[in-house]
Amino acid sequence: MISSEFLRQLSSLAAALFLLTAFSLLAQRHMRAFLGWFAVQGILLAATSALVAFSTGIYELYVSAFLALILKGFLMPWLLWRIVIQLGVNREVEPLINIFPTMLIAATLVLFAYYVSLPIQKTTLVMTRNIIAIGLACVLIGMLIMITRRKAITQVVGYLAMENALFFTATAATHGMPLVVEIGIAFDVLIAALIFGLFFFQIRETFDSLDLRHLEDKS
Amino acid sequence: MNLLNLLLAIPILTGTILAFTAHSRRAARLNIAASLLTFITSLGLALRVLEQGSTVFNGQAFFLDPFNIFLVCLTAFVAANTAIFSSAYMLHEEEIGRVTPRNMRLYHAMFQLFVFGMLLALTTNNLGVLWIALELATLATVLLVALYQTPAAISAAWKYFILCGMGIALALFGTILIFSTSSDVLGHSNAALTWTLLYAKADQLTPGVITIAFVFLMVGYGTKVGLFPMHHWLPDAHAEGPTPISAVLSGLLLNVALYALVRCKALVDGATHNGLAGHLMIGFGLLSLLVAALSLHRQKDIKRMFSFSSIEHMGLITFSFGIGTPLANFAALLHMTVHSLVKSGIFFTVGHAAQAMKTQIMGKITGLINLQPGIGLGLLLGTIAIAGFPPFGIFTSEFLLLTAALKSYPWTIGILLPSLVVAFAGLFRHLQPMVFGAPPREVHTVRVNMIPVYIHLGLALYLGLAIPTFLANWFQTAADLLSRGSL
Repeated sequence: MISSEFLRQLSSLAAALFLLTAFSLLAQRHMRAFLGWFAVQGILLAATSALVAFSTGIYELYVSAFLALILKGFLMPWLLWRIVIQLGVNREVEPLINIFPTMLIAATLVLFAYYVSLPIQKTTLVMTRNIIAIGLACVLIGMLIMITRRKAITQVVGYLAMENALFFTATAATHGMPLVVEIGIAFDVLIAALIFGLFFFQIRETFDSLDLRHLEDKS
Repeated sequence: MNLLNLLLAIPILTGTILAFTAHSRRAARLNIAASLLTFITSLGLALRVLEQGSTVFNGQAFFLDPFNIFLVCLTAFVAANTAIFSSAYMLHEEEIGRVTPRNMRLYHAMFQLFVFGMLLALTTNNLGVLWIALELATLATVLLVALYQTPAAISAAWKYFILCGMGIALALFGTILIFSTSSDVLGHSNAALTWTLLYAKADQLTPGVITIAFVFLMVGYGTKVGLFPMHHWLPDAHAEGPTPISAVLSGLLLNVALYALVRCKALVDGATHNGLAGHLMIGFGLLSLLVAALSLHRQKDIKRMFSFSSIEHMGLITFSFGIGTPLANFAALLHMTVHSLVKSGIFFTVGHAAQAMKTQIMGKITGLINLQPGIGLGLLLGTIAIAGFPPFGIFTSEFLLLTAALKSYPWTIGILLPSLVVAFAGLFRHLQPMVFGAPPREVHTVRVNMIPVYIHLGLALYLGLAIPTFLANWFQTAADLLSRGSL
């Protein structure tokens, strides 16, 4: 059994790495690297779940670690990459605002997240405040990706990154939601991903492009 | 088999069957039958609550109390009438080729899934499941908004999806925060998310965490309710989707989202004992009311106009719950009921009008009263009711609301009354030419079914004149419960 101090350090490390992946997602210009970092984030999520499961003995979490690894680490990034290839989308990420200012905004968001979570006192659980602050920062960065990117696919990755951050917070800060809730959320995300897939084809058929500028013009 | 299982099983089973029913006419009939059956089941449950008071079902998984039972009945009732309306409406849309038979199948299946999502959200005893059910109801309607596959419809659906996705993610973050503090009190299990158990121990939760959680829940569920400034998805989704969907979105989904928000507020009040949650709701409510009332004037599309009217009324109800006195809660509950009856009735009428005129642009809809008196009269009466004229129920609830506001926050009257007047003017300035203007030369009469509209308006009228005792008792109990902040 590992000591609680070591565990605390490990979960801090996981949180820091998670924040790093969120920033890396934001910094990518190329579609392939973008999806690659998304996959890394998924794998990190799975690793965190497994870590928490190991240290707390809540074995349900192994299930969600496994699901995260398969779905978020491999299947979804791969499917999105397939869509990029199949639809012949331009391989550039095409941000609305330049990368550098977006990074500055993201840094401000992190500060904001820490400020918001100041009143949260340290509870019995491991390092709750840090993890909640980082989780919130990653949710906000996911939103930033959705807002500042032009393509439908990048918006979807932003959405899924946000979902990843939520799962991360739930596992690391509260040792996972009850199983019913976790499965329900996973189910909803799966349906959402399916609908996204349908949308790609509808948008492409109607607008002949996945660039959302056209969508705005015609509305 | 208990009635609650039946209530949830009917929509989900019917939805599955409808997904494989290719014959549109038969599917529409099955849709009506199932919706009516759901409504009857909900009445049975209401009777039980009437006799036994609040009840939990299936262990602690579901519960019914005076606050959610009437919303369950209302949801089932409006859904049943919408199914009746949509049968004629959607078959007409299929005839003129706006919808393919395959999409009709999708439409019927998703309609039932949507109803399932809402009923689950209303009856569940679990915060997490509430979130899941609300998200499910949204996902079910996203594809329906895009049903016509026009560029505008797809763009509206995308906006709906993305904005609500963002909002609901924040709500989930709030839920996680609540769980992070409640699991210290109630243990790491489902119990820590169960309403009835949480309420009882609300004052043991950490106020700091709960306060932050409520801000997230407010923004998250508030997006769903359509509160300013997160309302941008709402007019588009209402205008571009098929009219029956606009009716249920406006009349039901907004209510359910607001229900979630109000439940959270009661919990937060119990934990923090300061008026923060209420003040937030008052602020958001007033802003939405004001912005929506002003926006009403600038609309060109008839469905967009009435969707802004929905934002206005949701703002009003949020404001009223924010005040939080028993009288204000009573007014808000009554307003919720009457608004969903009248608004869905209006959308039915608008659907017929748009089919008759082949357009949704208000400038091109003229002289309805001469052309098709049924539609013209329905639209006129509906608008009179929604604008808050006596003797319709909205007048009663707005009157109560103003009284409550005058008692607790007199300064808000300075915003409330002008906004109501501005909204009133906005509605009637557009309505006048549509109903009484010169009719266009070429005339297409459509087969209309105005009975659901008259049932809805009749009920709104009845609630305005005399609220039945049992309903008033429920409202009273629910209002007291919400103002105390715990069970």
